[in-house]
Amino acid sequence: MSAGGRIPNWADVTLVPLVSVVLAFILSGILIWAIGESPWAAVKLMVEGAFGSSYGWGYTLYYATNFIFTGLAVAVAFQARLFNIGGEGQALLGGLGVALVCLYIPWPHWSLALLAACAGAAAFGALWALIPGYLQARRGSHIVITTIMFNFIAASLLGYVLVNVLRPQGSQDPSSPRFAAEVALPKLHEMLALVGIPFSRVPPVNISLLIAVGMCFAVWFLLWRTRLGYQIRAFGESEPAAEYAGISPARITIYVMLISGALAGLMAVNSVMGEQQRLVLNAVEGAGFIGIAVALMGRNHPFGVFLAAILFGFLYQGGAELALWTSIPRELIVVIQALVILFTGALDNMVRIPIARLFALRGAR
Amino acid sequence: MDIATFVQVLDSTLRLATPLLFACLAGLISERAGVFDIGLEGKMLVAAFMAAAIAFVSGNVWIGVAAAVGVSVLMSLVHGVAAITFRGNQLISGVAINFLAAGITVVIAQNWFRQGGRTPSLSGEARMAPIDLPFAAALRDVPVIGPVYHGILSGHAPLVYVAFLCVPATWYLLFRTRFGLRLRAVGENPAAVDTAGVSVIGLRFAAVALCGVLCGLAGAYLSTGLSAGFVKDMTAGRGFIALAAMIFAKWRPWQAMGAVLLFGLLEAVANRFQNIDIFGVAVPVQAMQALPYILTVVILAGFVGKAIPPRAGGAAYVKEH
Repeated sequence: MSAGGRIPNWADVTLVPLVSVVLAFILSGILIWAIGESPWAAVKLMVEGAFGSSYGWGYTLYYATNFIFTGLAVAVAFQARLFNIGGEGQALLGGLGVALVCLYIPWPHWSLALLAACAGAAAFGALWALIPGYLQARRGSHIVITTIMFNFIAASLLGYVLVNVLRPQGSQDPSSPRFAAEVALPKLHEMLALVGIPFSRVPPVNISLLIAVGMCFAVWFLLWRTRLGYQIRAFGESEPAAEYAGISPARITIYVMLISGALAGLMAVNSVMGEQQRLVLNAVEGAGFIGIAVALMGRNHPFGVFLAAILFGFLYQGGAELALWTSIPRELIVVIQALVILFTGALDNMVRIPIARLFALRGAR
Repeated sequence: MDIATFVQVLDSTLRLATPLLFACLAGLISERAGVFDIGLEGKMLVAAFMAAAIAFVSGNVWIGVAAAVGVSVLMSLVHGVAAITFRGNQLISGVAINFLAAGITVVIAQNWFRQGGRTPSLSGEARMAPIDLPFAAALRDVPVIGPVYHGILSGHAPLVYVAFLCVPATWYLLFRTRFGLRLRAVGENPAAVDTAGVSVIGLRFAAVALCGVLCGLAGAYLSTGLSAGFVKDMTAGRGFIALAAMIFAKWRPWQAMGAVLLFGLLEAVANRFQNIDIFGVAVPVQAMQALPYILTVVILAGFVGKAIPPRAGGAAYVKEH
């Protein structure tokens, strides 16, 4: 960075995000205190609610599964210096893909349905990201604006499909019929029971968690062990240099958006197939946007994304407990999320420059 | 469609276009100075909350409007500090501001009024009263002029007229004053402005603050004029429609007015009719809702005249040493 000198790499990937999160938490604590609640009691309640029981863990991991997918989606695009705000819309379309696969094909077994649903979710999500990607690559349309617009278009499209096509006759609720029992995904407690570990039956955490973790490895392999990944990162570091080396910017932009959209779409396997068992109007519930915070905090690395997704899973489950037992509404989590985005994404230099000064002082000594 | 319905739809078009127009001009000024702002939505939302809350507590809507402008400017300064001072990513800062607004309005509203994240309904002096234009009642029964003047143009809250007066004002400010010339220059080539000895940082902060004032008015009108109180997420994507209108108008004030009137009309029609028959084809209401966004993508794609943003937009200025 320009001001204050350089920071060692380990500090850049650990210290800077940690200090940012601590700042975000301190400000949130002040907010809790300002509305007349005890920040310390709130933290205790959140930690107990999210990690104090296998019930809490189950919900934390369920939310984290969503955030891993959307976080990876944003992170892959960030590696190519593309800001995909369209995770929300891509996940909505992914949900449509899952619903079509589960509703119209009579699957004999969940495992086959899961494979097809993953394919459907990824294909629909990728398709929804392809159009902004193409427009950026070939027509120079700013991808941030087009992906924002595509979020709204996706919401309208889904509203139309649910009300006019998928809604069962005579139902007032704009949602699809329930999926067949055969396509219900195995929950974590069933999987853990096989190895004799007892786990709460209530939370919707399911086999998608393993897919999400697998995707972390896949994205890591793609980015750091394949030619395409090298091209993506080179393109992100310097577009002119990449072009000079024979990497086509248009091709990379389109590929990256396809991968990013597919990852965002995969989120629907967890939420639509794993939990709701039908397609509803607001199936994504902002997880697409949380992906931005998760990617920023995870420094666009799959392992960082995994950790940040667990943190946000904790915040979501803890926030729900908080809303249940205190007068602090769930929206407090949105404030924390906003502050994390602000500090890790936009006020990055505010945290980085003092840290760089400290290292410069130490180096001078 | 009979005349009365037609007049009603156009009447509500003006109301619905008003918050869009304020926010669109706000974004236009900021982006002309080279600071991208996708946080229009968030600033409108905090302003809407503040206007309703303070108007309810004080019983005077104008105190509410002043508070709305104040809090909106404060939010723009956060954006300014992140984007200009610390040279952070302007888009990410905008995203953060949108979430901050979505969360903090509900947390504070719930704590303050305990009505599930809304403010109590406003009435009397706490609401923005409509004003009748001169001779509106007298001209009421005159054919053509009557419905247009009395039915459509007259009888809106004062901020509606302020919004439309802001169009020539913005045009004059940007294209006929020295400040406007410098502001546009800072969005195209900040180094040249810097070389001329004018502060890039100062100009950009001025633009961001102006943007905050206009977003404040947009939000205040939303909660005290268009509706009677604040409800959770009441901006409902209007900040993004305003952004769309700004691109649609290619960052020009008069065209911005045209764009928000078009988008306002779409919303008015979608509110009034569920499905519309155009030449025998039923157009679903969702298509009307999506149309502003689709039109913006088409314009951005350059199929109908390319939209090119200010050249230095989105990039922080680093002074040469």
